[in-house]
Amino acid sequence: MGDVIKVSNLTKNFGKIKAVTELSFNVRQGQVYGFLGQNGAGKSTTMRMLLTLIRPDSGDIEIFGQNLNRHRKSILRNTGAIIEKPDLYKYLSGIENLRLFATMSGARVSEKKLMEQLEQVGLAERAHSKVKTYSQGMKQRLGIATALVHDPDLVILDEPTNGLDPQGIADIRKLILHLGREKNKTLLISSHLLSEVEQVADAMLIIDKGKKLVEGKVEDLFDPSETILELRIEEGLTGLEKIKNSSLDAMIQESRNNSIFLKVHQKDVKEILETVLKMDIGLISFNTKHSLEDYFLKLTSGYSYAETSSNRTF
Amino acid sequence: MLKLLRIELFKIFKRPRTYIAFGAIAAIVILIQVALKYDGKSYVDLLLNNLSDSFELSDEYKNKLLNGYLICFVILNTLLIQMPLLVALIAGDSIAGEANMGTLRLSMSRPVSRTQYMTVKFLASVIYTLALLVWMAMLALFGSMLIFGTNDMVVFRSDGIEQMRHFDVLWRYFAAFGYAAVALTTVAALAFLLSVFAENSIGPIIATMSIVIVFTILSEMNIPLYDNTIKPYLFTSHMVAWKGFFYVKADAMGTTINGSIENLPAILKSLSILFIYIIIFFGTAVCVFRKKDILT
Repeated sequence: MGDVIKVSNLTKNFGKIKAVTELSFNVRQGQVYGFLGQNGAGKSTTMRMLLTLIRPDSGDIEIFGQNLNRHRKSILRNTGAIIEKPDLYKYLSGIENLRLFATMSGARVSEKKLMEQLEQVGLAERAHSKVKTYSQGMKQRLGIATALVHDPDLVILDEPTNGLDPQGIADIRKLILHLGREKNKTLLISSHLLSEVEQVADAMLIIDKGKKLVEGKVEDLFDPSETILELRIEEGLTGLEKIKNSSLDAMIQESRNNSIFLKVHQKDVKEILETVLKMDIGLISFNTKHSLEDYFLKLTSGYSYAETSSNRTF
Repeated sequence: MLKLLRIELFKIFKRPRTYIAFGAIAAIVILIQVALKYDGKSYVDLLLNNLSDSFELSDEYKNKLLNGYLICFVILNTLLIQMPLLVALIAGDSIAGEANMGTLRLSMSRPVSRTQYMTVKFLASVIYTLALLVWMAMLALFGSMLIFGTNDMVVFRSDGIEQMRHFDVLWRYFAAFGYAAVALTTVAALAFLLSVFAENSIGPIIATMSIVIVFTILSEMNIPLYDNTIKPYLFTSHMVAWKGFFYVKADAMGTTINGSIENLPAILKSLSILFIYIIIFFGTAVCVFRKKDILT
């Protein structure tokens, strides 16, 4: 399967601010591609350039094998997107907004199809209510419906779960998986939350300050079975020395402020804790953290394992 | 293109604020009509007194003067000064309002070219302006004709009066409304241009009105230095040229020539200048918008 999106050396500066620098990445046909970075990392700017909202200073963008500048119309006809929050016409109803954007996308969509789209995002009952009466979550779902209304092959969603409650987040996740796995759409999804992307993405790109940090398939980048085990020990004792002299030494990632961080497999946690207890190191509490989130934070903000702790105390 | 235009018109006429202008026009026209219906004679006396003390006209003649055609002329004189604000309300909002709502980025990520988008937006503003004028014509012209009837029309000028036979008036109004449409489209084009630079509609509306007011003051001021240097180039100097359709030629005996216009070339020149302004404002707006990064 070929590349749907091919970005080469994309650069955009706003005055002295370097928003995106020499960014390159490829998104393959049928992939759900996670685009990660903290707020202000350059995700939205990149996505805006993919939609011709912003002109790059340099670099090339090819979508569906065509140059974006030269074939803008045909590319956008087959692309659906929401950028940042989906602002819609508040004085129009949900179905009027949907019809309007379907027409702008050059699609002829029947009323029945429009209602089906609204049903897919759980808004069929409020189809004729004005958008100004919608909650933030409903607006977000309507925004996603407007992105999908013309049945595009490429879907670009910028922070699609923003403002949604847990049920809404789960619904959108299900929808993304449905579009990717069953409908074979190509999806580019940005988020500043890795936990959100890792559950749906096949591949991901992490950027920071407009520059690429890591790119690859999720399974190649991380082992989701790995976790960080934090052990808080009593002050003044020689717990760290004892662990360093044991078989656990190879697992130590960091030690700071009476805490020791071990990189372990999820399945080994119980056994390691039993070993630690036997070693009598003065254990006060322990805590496990998903290594993926920590890895992301470490990449993007110089985070250390010791900076967060929500311990389980004995 | 037509589909896009339909969308734009749908959006404009679905907004409650659009009807403020229609309501305001109706209120002013009806208030003037009611006032003149009940105290029109005083108004005619005032006009005649202002003109000259030497006029001695019978009450019957004064009543004839106060007909639908004169009332419409009075309303046009009053309203065409306020109309730019009503036009700027929509034209100034057309791009800036979308930017403010955040819908601009949603629209511009659709397969619509920016030039096409701008053209449609501007056309929608022009159609709105025309709709306002048609509404005004219905109320001010046809409404006044119904309420006050028709008769020969007299137009008061600073140096005398113009008299037209009743059968020689209606076409002049159609021409005047047509001219007013071009004049107001110039204001719409200015508001539209300013709208491209802003991210909320208040700025372009206020800026448009400020420019119109300053230019109108300059156009009206009697400063010899400006008469040949600045005034001929201000669009506001040409916006009132619609009145020229009501200034008629007279023969050697001083009798009005039916169907004549005193200075048609001057009207056509003013019309051309307004068209040039429209092209400049709209062209600049398109050029700026095509290069603009949409960050809202």
